[in-house]
Formats: sequence, C-alpha cells, structure tokens
Amino acid sequence: MADSGSEDIAVIGNTDLTPSESENNLKNTMVEKGTSLLKRMEISVAEAEKRTGKNAVNMQETYTVYLIETRPVDAASEGTNPVPDSLWRRYSEFELLRNYLLVTYPFVVVPPLPEKRAEFVWHKLSADNMDPDFVERRRVGLENFLLRVASHPVLSSDKIFYSFLTEENGWKETVFETGFQAKADSRLKALNATFRVKNPDKRFAEMKHYGDELQSVISQLLRVRAVGENKRAADRLYGVYKVHGNYGRVFSEWSAIEKEMGDGLQSAGHHMDAYAASVDDILEEEEHYADQLKEYLFYADALRAVCRKHELTQYELEMAAQDLTSKKQQREELATGTVRTFSLKGMTSKLFGQETPEQREAKLKMLETQIEEGEELVKERNEECDEFVKSAWVDIERFKEQKDHDLREALISYAIMQISMCKKGIQVWNNAKECFSKM
Amino acid sequence: MSAGTPRSLASSGQKSIQDICHPLSAEESALSRSPDVLNPSGAGEKDLSLPNGTPVDTSSPASSSSLLNRLQLDDDLDGETRDLFVTVDDPKKHVSTMETYITYRVCTKTTRTEFDLPEYSVRRRYQDFDWLRNKLEESQPTHLIPPLPEKFVMKGVVDRFSEEFVETRRKALDKFLKRVADHPVLSFNEHFNAFLSAKDLNKRQGLALLTKMGESVKYVTGGYKLRGRPIEFAAMGDYLDVFTQKLGTIDRIAQRIIKEQSEFLMELREYGPVYSSWSSFEEELHDPLEGVAGCVSNCSSALDELTEDMSEDFLPVLREYVLYIESMKNVLKKRDQVQAEYETKLEAVVFREDKKTPVPTDVEKCQDRVECFNADLKADWDRWQNNKRQDFRQLLTGMADKNIQYYEKCLAAWESLIPLLQDKQEARGETN
Repeated sequence: MADSGSEDIAVIGNTDLTPSESENNLKNTMVEKGTSLLKRMEISVAEAEKRTGKNAVNMQETYTVYLIETRPVDAASEGTNPVPDSLWRRYSEFELLRNYLLVTYPFVVVPPLPEKRAEFVWHKLSADNMDPDFVERRRVGLENFLLRVASHPVLSSDKIFYSFLTEENGWKETVFETGFQAKADSRLKALNATFRVKNPDKRFAEMKHYGDELQSVISQLLRVRAVGENKRAADRLYGVYKVHGNYGRVFSEWSAIEKEMGDGLQSAGHHMDAYAASVDDILEEEEHYADQLKEYLFYADALRAVCRKHELTQYELEMAAQDLTSKKQQREELATGTVRTFSLKGMTSKLFGQETPEQREAKLKMLETQIEEGEELVKERNEECDEFVKSAWVDIERFKEQKDHDLREALISYAIMQISMCKKGIQVWNNAKECFSKM
Repeated sequence: MSAGTPRSLASSGQKSIQDICHPLSAEESALSRSPDVLNPSGAGEKDLSLPNGTPVDTSSPASSSSLLNRLQLDDDLDGETRDLFVTVDDPKKHVSTMETYITYRVCTKTTRTEFDLPEYSVRRRYQDFDWLRNKLEESQPTHLIPPLPEKFVMKGVVDRFSEEFVETRRKALDKFLKRVADHPVLSFNEHFNAFLSAKDLNKRQGLALLTKMGESVKYVTGGYKLRGRPIEFAAMGDYLDVFTQKLGTIDRIAQRIIKEQSEFLMELREYGPVYSSWSSFEEELHDPLEGVAGCVSNCSSALDELTEDMSEDFLPVLREYVLYIESMKNVLKKRDQVQAEYETKLEAVVFREDKKTPVPTDVEKCQDRVECFNADLKADWDRWQNNKRQDFRQLLTGMADKNIQYYEKCLAAWESLIPLLQDKQEARGETN
C-alpha cells in the first residue's frame, strides 16, 4: 500500500528491475536498463569536503568539493565489493558539465542542478553555502543530478559525461576543446526569435506555457513555506511545537507544590517535552518534500529552454524562407523589368538612371547563385527544424511521464509523512491524557 | 484570541436547553423533556444536563467521557443526597433606552424547606450575580467564595454580545452557582435563597446597597498587628502564591500556543488554493493535486476548531482560578486580622493597664471568632483542594482530548487521500 514512502530523494527507484519492466520504457522513464549508463555503473556522490586554495586571480578562497564514486555494477553483484573509483569535483565543474549538455543537446530537457544559493530555505538552515546542512542537501542534489543524466536515453552515452565521472585531471580542458561555448545561442538572439517567430509548433507553445505555470505554482508553494528571512509556515509550526515544551517545565514546577496531583503532572510534562522535540524530524521531512518540488521548479526552466530553442530554429527557418522569397521576387523584377516591391536598388536606379544590360546580367547571375544557396539553406533549416521537433518532442514526452510519476510519488510520501505526524501526535496526547486522568 | 469571527447574539426569543426531569420530582414540568442522561446522542441540542444540573457539552465525541468525569465529581457528597440543583442557561439580550444587557435564566429545583417552592425560574443579569457574591463575602467572611468571571471587558476589544463571549460567561456563572449550591454553609445563605427565588431583586439591591456599607465596617478590623500566621495558614498562603504564579505561566503558554497556531493556520490556508490552481493545468496529476488541496483545507478547519476551543474553554477556566485565588488570599488576610484583633485584645487584658481595656467577654468573643474562622477556612480549604484537583484533571484532560481530536481529523483526511493518490498507478499496473 503506502510503503513506497521509504524511497530516497533520488527518486530513481530501485535498480533491481526485472527484464519485463525494463522493456516498458515508458513506465520506467528514469531507469532505462537497455540503454543507460546506469546499467553498467553505480554512481554516487559520497562525501563533501572543505578545501582552500588560490583561485584564478590568486586570492585565497574556501570551497567545497564533492566525492564522486563509481563502481561497475557487475562487481558489486558478485559480492566482492571492490573499492570504487573516485574523484573530487567542485560545484562549478558540475555547472560546466550541465552547460555543455545544454548546448550540445538542445532538444533534451536537461536535469537541473540543486540551487546555487539557498533561496527558499527555512530559517534554521542558513543561507550560507558553508553550512553543513546546506552542503549535505546539495550533495544529495548533485547525486540526483548525476543519476538522472546517467539514466537518460541520450545524455547517458555522452563521452564528456563519462569522463566527468572517471577522469579527474584534464577534464575541463577536454570540455573546452569541444568548442561548445561557440555553439551557444546568444540570449539576444533567442529573445529576438521568441518575439518574432510567426508559426511555432503549437505543442511547444503550450509546453512553454505549462513551464511558466508550473514554475509559478511551485514558487508559490515554496514561498508559503519559507523564503529567506521571512518566517512563515515552517517557523510557525516550529513555534507551536516548541512552546508546548514550556508546559513541561511549568508542570514540573507545579507538581512540586502538589501532593496527589504531582505525579500525573510531572509525567504529563515529560510527554509535552517529547511532543516539542518531535518537530525537528517533521520539518526535516518537509524539507525533503520541498527539495523534490524544487527539482521540478528548475526542471520547468529546462523545459522552457527546449521550447525556446524550437522557436529559434523555427525562426531561423522562417528568416531563410523569407529571404529566399524576397530574392526570388527581386529576380523576377529584374527579369521582367517590373517593380512590384519597393527596393532601395530599384529607387536608386530610378534616380540615377537605368542600369546597363551588362550590369543587369551580372546582377541576375548573382541573384541566381544566391537563390540556389538560399534554397539549400531553407532545405537545411527545414530539416534541422523537423529533426529538432521530432527529437525534442520525444524527450518532452519522456519528461512528462517522468514528471507525473515523480510528483505523484512526492505527494504520496508527503501524505505518508503527514499521517505519521498525526499518529505521533495522537500517541503523545493520549499519553498525556492518561497522566492527566491520574491526577 | 479566537481565530473565528464572533457571531452576534440574537435578541429575545432564543430557545436553548431544556432541563431534564428532576430525579425527585413526580411529574415533568411543562417545559422540560427527559432525554436519557447517558445517551448524549439522544438530545439533538447542546446543553444536556446531569442530575445535579451541570450542563453537558455534547458537541464533541469526547463528551461521553467528560460526562462520566462530571458524574465522578459528585464523590465529595458521598452518601448525601443532593437536594438543591441550580442551572444557568438561556441567555437573552435586552434592549432598553438606557442600556443593552444580557439576562440569564436561573433554574432551581430543591426539596429544602428553606425554600417555599420546589422549583424556581428567574432571570438574572451579571450585576445580580455580582451583588450575590458581595453579599456572600460580607455575610460569610470566613468562607471561600467561588469567583465570578471577569466583570469588566474593554469595549471595542471584546464584543460583549457575541455568542462566544456570552456562552463563556454563562458557563462561568453556572459554575459559580453550582459551587455555592454544593457548599454546606453557603448554600443556606439567605441572600443565595433570595437570588434564586425572588422575582425581583431590585428592591433588595437598593437595601443591599445601604446595608453593604454598614456590614462592611464589621470586618474591617484595622490596624491590628499580627504576630505570625500559624504554620498551616502560612502554608496555604505560600501554596496560593506559587500556584497563582504557575497558573499565570500556563495562561501565557496557552495564549502563545493559540497565537502561533492561528498564524500557522493563516499560512496553511494559502496552500490549498495553490494546489487547486496547480491541478487546473495538469492532466494526470489533476485529481491527486485537487485531493491534496481538499486535504489541506480539512486540516485547516480542524486547526481552527482546536484554536477556538482552547480560547473558549481552556483560558477562561484558568483565569477563573486566578480570581478564585485572589479572593482566597483576601480571606486569609481577613483571618489574620481577626486573629490579630484577638491577640491584641488578649494582651491588653493580660497586662491590664487602664480602664479602657476591654472586658473579658469581648476577648472571649474574639477567641470564638478566631476559632470559627480557622475551622471554616480549614474545611473550605480541603473542599477547595478537592474541587481544584477535579477541575484541573478535567481541564487538562479536555485539552488533551481536543488535541487528539484535531490529529484524528487530520489523520482521516490524509489517509483518505492515499488511495486517491495511488489510484492511477494501480490501474496502470493492471494493464501491463
């Protein structure tokens, strides 16, 4: 029934899948045994450590490194349990990896990293990147990221990703050598496309809108809970429980002046203390739920990025087509001598006299070439666009399945957590009630 | 602080409880029914009454246990048959040109010969209760007089005519009269008799005002210095001091909890609509998210109820006890005065110096007074301790009950959500 609540934040599901289940890709979108790296390799982010060193501008800085451990799956199942391979990586290297993936696979909804700075954090956990709680939750988030990439049908076979996991030195250089940074679309270009594209695929427009709404709604939920300094739901709940602890003290003091009532009061007070103490676990589990929501908050961004890329490719196709059309028109005008559309050349030739037949001939030839090239370009872009739409939509469908599954699981474990909290509350108050009735 | 909005009391014409049939009376009175006492569900309305007239709160599932609690309260009159039953109910608003005020119906059933009739039903307002208490304090200064709910409420801060306020006051007034009725000495007081039976208290109040002045002089034995309080009374005084302190602390804690809960409730209420709006643009997740929204909403209501209950039922009782203790400390002081007077006069006699010294009979009277006072006070103290124990057992058990109910409601809401959340999964599993 409700025992799936014991799953970890990784929400990857267990890796012991039966062959029949692995056949059904749609169902196990996260772990695709047939194609993903995860079949061959166990991956974990085992530890975090503080380091100090000189940075690029030769200044001392303190930073955190994370230990990535990998181990071939077969070795583990044989029971010999060899020492895993491991290497240390900084958060910035994870960022580099992700940026590389974003540029190289623009049709993929790339899994997000845990937040860079603690934004929606309950006050007990500081916004300090060095805070141990924050580091711990980041470690879990980074592991989750690696597992998601390793189980993705496309991303998992990437060489750079593989070497990220296995080659400590020189990895950065390797990434830069791919020249991925040059392939990145400028923001301006992307924005321009978004505004000017005429016929984007409706499905992508809807998906983008969905991404907007998802981001908005999850932000709201996280904000109600806690945001920065603002003490909201999490803090209030903490207050309710903790103040009950004061009953413990006053009952104890009161019991000192009572004869028959004393024992009952005293023991009831202990239960009030237990009640107060129970809030720490509750808030930790709620933090867990918040982390699950956060992942999809950031996923919404990745989804929108794919949609924007579509708009860009579509726009570039439209631009090429438009350009071709205008060139063809120019050719027609030149050939027939009629001016149907306004062109600066046409105006200047009117003003400064007609061209010579030789000049016209040269122009026509140039136009012909351009038209040929233009047609090639349109064909190319059309193919690109179609390719993109096809592969992006496949990944979007995969993402949808994953999202529905994961969020449902998150809601279930949240409900289970609430049930457990209620049961504990009932138990504590029943215990207190028993003590009171013996007063 | 109650999280809900207070509702205004409707003017005259409000029907409320029906008394149950007096166990000693042969026939039912025209106005009353007799539902089965131990079957709270038999009465559809609030305020069922027990044989001694104590109203029963049937609004919660825990009521049957609190019912039994109240039945057990009668153990201090073990072996004695109760012959005086008093209830306060049926608050009504009266509007006149001069003022607006609330009156309560005070019903009495008794077999005592001190009363002319076996039954009475009169209407009294707070002023009248206040008058009664003052008369009791004056005429029975050696006894502990139960407290009344607070007299003054800040206009504008509290709505004196809201249903919640009136109900809280009614319960306190009812408790006051019951405590007096259960007291072996106070219940025979002539003023108490008048309060219960006289059609119109006004005339007596006028007289009372004059006599009030005169009588109050009697026990203001000013200026006598007390050597030292006897140990047992000193112990009482110490106990009361510490106890008041603890009650004050508990009051503050309870208020703080109510405040935190109310603020938490405000935040909690924001979640529901967000989940709802989320569900509106999801397909597969539509039902689960809508379910969560509903669940959160149910939990919010449950928390609201808990906070209101604590405000209305828990805090007033604490405050009542603080008032009770205040008046008890005053009685202790009075006792000290009486003893001081006696000691001073006794000394003067022993060291007879001038003709002004009082005659021995005067000293004897003082001695009697001291001894009476001490005896009454001791008896009342024991009774008070016993009542206090029961009252607090009931109060704290009630607090635990309310919290249990809150969690049970939330538990039910979340448990019913689980199958809804898992629904699609199982369906898909089957199609595999």
